[in-house]
Amino acid sequence: MTEDRFYHALKVSEDLCFGCTHCMNVCPVEAIRIENGKATIRDNWCVDCGECMRVCPVNAIYVEQDDFNQIFRFKCRVALVPSVLIGQFPAEVTEAAIFSVMREMGFTHVFQTEHTAGYIIRSMIEASRDAEDKPVISSFCPAVVRLIQIKFPALLPQVIRIKPPIDTSAIYFRKRLENEGYHPGEIGIFYVTPCAAKIAAVKSPVGEDSSPLNGVINMDLIYNKIFRLIKNRTNRNSISPGEMLPLLSPRSIKYCLTGGEANAMEGRCLAIDGIHNVIEFLEKLENDEFTDLDFLELRACDQSCAGGVLVGGNRFLTTERLNKRAQRFHGVADIPGDVKAYSGFLSERISLGDIKPRSMLILDEDMGEALRKIQQVRHLMCYLPGIDCGACGAPRCQSLAEDIVREEARLTACVFIQRMMEKHQKLSGEHAIKIIEKIWGRKRLEKNCNKKGAENDSE
Amino acid sequence: MTFKFEIEGGNFSKAGNASSAVKKILKQINVPPAIIKRLVVALYEGEVNVVAHARKGWIKVVIEPEEIFVNIEDEGPGIPNIELAMQEGYSTASQKVREMGFGAGMGLPNMKKNADLLNITSQVGKGTNVEIIIFLNQSHK
Repeated sequence: MTEDRFYHALKVSEDLCFGCTHCMNVCPVEAIRIENGKATIRDNWCVDCGECMRVCPVNAIYVEQDDFNQIFRFKCRVALVPSVLIGQFPAEVTEAAIFSVMREMGFTHVFQTEHTAGYIIRSMIEASRDAEDKPVISSFCPAVVRLIQIKFPALLPQVIRIKPPIDTSAIYFRKRLENEGYHPGEIGIFYVTPCAAKIAAVKSPVGEDSSPLNGVINMDLIYNKIFRLIKNRTNRNSISPGEMLPLLSPRSIKYCLTGGEANAMEGRCLAIDGIHNVIEFLEKLENDEFTDLDFLELRACDQSCAGGVLVGGNRFLTTERLNKRAQRFHGVADIPGDVKAYSGFLSERISLGDIKPRSMLILDEDMGEALRKIQQVRHLMCYLPGIDCGACGAPRCQSLAEDIVREEARLTACVFIQRMMEKHQKLSGEHAIKIIEKIWGRKRLEKNCNKKGAENDSE
Repeated sequence: MTFKFEIEGGNFSKAGNASSAVKKILKQINVPPAIIKRLVVALYEGEVNVVAHARKGWIKVVIEPEEIFVNIEDEGPGIPNIELAMQEGYSTASQKVREMGFGAGMGLPNMKKNADLLNITSQVGKGTNVEIIIFLNQSHK
């Protein structure tokens, strides 16, 4: 068990959050509780999948980002962009136009994350041929890797120890720029991220001592900036040609979409997207319910990265556009010549290190004590109503019971228990209201016409 | 501490539910992942055997500081020749069961591989009783 604090990109705005429980109910790892009328995220449990952000009705959950101007600390300012950025734009907006406006924003170089995808696939095929424990699981999606760490630690040995494109490409381009004469300290590589999980992966990397990236920029921010610049210039008709970007192969273009890896790997391969689907599958995989599977591509978002929480465009249209773009590049090699030339260099740096389990399910490190706590949980469940209403500030009765034995909540948080105690004159109505206010905030139950959906709601 | 689960014969879509429930408990009490995996694989094989062959069955899991004891008991046809059933590839599963991807004859051998101790007794026409022990402290093995 590691005790380090984990960086999370997902934050709750105290000003905007009004404690509606939508996020709490949708969190796949039950990491959210309501305290004082606001959602709180448990650091050690959260896998940064972003499901909470998707469902928040008031945009109170946001992704913290680095200041865009930080890029100017470097002489050589590299944007590393995944193909889903391009996929959000209509077909008439060309890559050349997108990358040329990005240079206008201040980047000196724009590179594509999937540039090394073909090389990674080749390395993964080689690694999985030698793997004892099948199926091997892709390390592509950082939310999935974290999910396995906290919920399915027995499957960690099956996670393939090959770095995903974001890291491999950053390592590759950094080396290339150094060889072009830049001093290492002059190079700043910034990943344009479609999701929160990749930010967390850069800020607190798993299986690496430090990230090869210098920072992260949220894709929605870049998308809006590009869109505005392109709209403004169509009238002026003054597109600067910009340097030609190396072409990506169809496979590399589709790498971050569902099936992007599974279709390229050998043997019986599955592609599963959506974190709840992934959990359902891993649960069964852990029981050894499936035989003869060779490779699993698991992605936290529906439609994979096209469905990332920071992808502004519609995920289905993004997928369709990338598929169309891929068709146009038929015949382009999966491993570009320039990457081939660096394959010796990359082969020494592409391996991921140890990925440690950090189970969040453990009730106590001491087994005897943990057993006692399980018994206590089961005993508490005899009294809790099993309605999973969330009025206690925990997503389910079971989670309240577990919080109680962890001494993080009290049985009186349950409104039904309160009602029973009032019936037996063990709790005064006034006290009950105090308990509710502690969870849901002061005056929460008083009339308020400014609430969402109420008489004075202005939205 | 003892946990009990029921298994419904013939319902393959639910095979694995008891194993998953046991798995959650073992994770909560901080059993090392490698041991959980062995126990759950053995238990799942046992669960599938009940679903595939028996009318109904019961799982009892007893967790002690030193070991985990699992008892899988069923009401079913029983195993006429346990020695034969322990051989890899030997199966009496029906065509229907095989079409569902079960019945490869690896169930009992796989249980034996993953358990520290395995004891099977059976009465033809009545049922089968499987006992699995996995030591928590692997130096006892």
